[in-house]
Amino acid sequence: MTAALPLVLTVFVACAVEAIEALTIVLAAGLTRQWRSTFQGMAAALVVLAVIVGVLGPTITLLPLTALRLVVGALLAIFGLQWLRKAILRAAGYKALHDEASAYLREVAAAKAAPEVAKRGVSDWYAFTLTFKGVLLEGLEVVFIVITFGDNQHNLGAAVVGAALAVVVVTVTGIVVRAPLAKVPENALKFLVGIMLTSFGTFWGAEGAGVKWPGNDAALLVLVPVVALVSLGYAVWLRRVHRLSQAAARPPTAFSETEEVTS
Amino acid sequence: MLRALKSFGAFWYDFVIGDDWQVAAIAVAALALTALLVHVAGVNAWWLLPLAAFAALGWSLRRATSGKS
Repeated sequence: MTAALPLVLTVFVACAVEAIEALTIVLAAGLTRQWRSTFQGMAAALVVLAVIVGVLGPTITLLPLTALRLVVGALLAIFGLQWLRKAILRAAGYKALHDEASAYLREVAAAKAAPEVAKRGVSDWYAFTLTFKGVLLEGLEVVFIVITFGDNQHNLGAAVVGAALAVVVVTVTGIVVRAPLAKVPENALKFLVGIMLTSFGTFWGAEGAGVKWPGNDAALLVLVPVVALVSLGYAVWLRRVHRLSQAAARPPTAFSETEEVTS
Repeated sequence: MLRALKSFGAFWYDFVIGDDWQVAAIAVAALALTALLVHVAGVNAWWLLPLAAFAALGWSLRRATSGKS
């Protein structure tokens, strides 16, 4: 067992990184969208993952992970930029803090037609799909790590132990931090989620395009703060511009909470 | 039937593209350019996508607040 300790620790750390990335997506979707659909997305991803592992076995390492990273990364980056855009406009006062007037919701309210969604038992496809993609991609990476490390060291059991420990530790951490995170103001949380999605999306998307990040996964430790700083900079700048334009437009007219400069 | 299709289309447009289609277009173009730089020119362009994302976000915010979105 002592001889296997380095392998267990290595797999633990590698898998913990992947599990934290999946946890970020799960918390983002659950806290800002809906927990039920988030858990459904997570469960569906785990089932698909189990089926893939069961059917493919060790040949799973032949899956085009790079292409998967490219697609998932591109979508997450686009989602993240959308979230950031809205959160910045709200923080700067250009958009109402509680805005439920997205094109989709307007369509649904007008047409009252979402039978496919209701029939499948998923009420929030956004949360479901976001979680599904994140958990499936990270789950696949965990499986890759276990097979690669376990096979190279001829000790698949120790690699599985390391991965299982990582997933359990990260899951427990997620349950613990869930309650405190729920008390954070809604727009601040959406701002944070936008930063995380943009950072992870940029990271995975670029990796999928063939980029080698300086420092590999550690690049995220730089990328996340940089995205946060740039976004905060935009919010501060726009708030100043908004105040100046309001001051210039005297006599003052009260800014309606529901007013929105653009859609 | 038409309503359901319209609703379905609106959901996917809102889901994938969002409020500003130009942001999505810039992100996809930047990814394509990154892939070209890496695989054709041999440049490890890790910096391109973050820069494109910041530029797209700033441009989108500027258009949104000046009413030209």
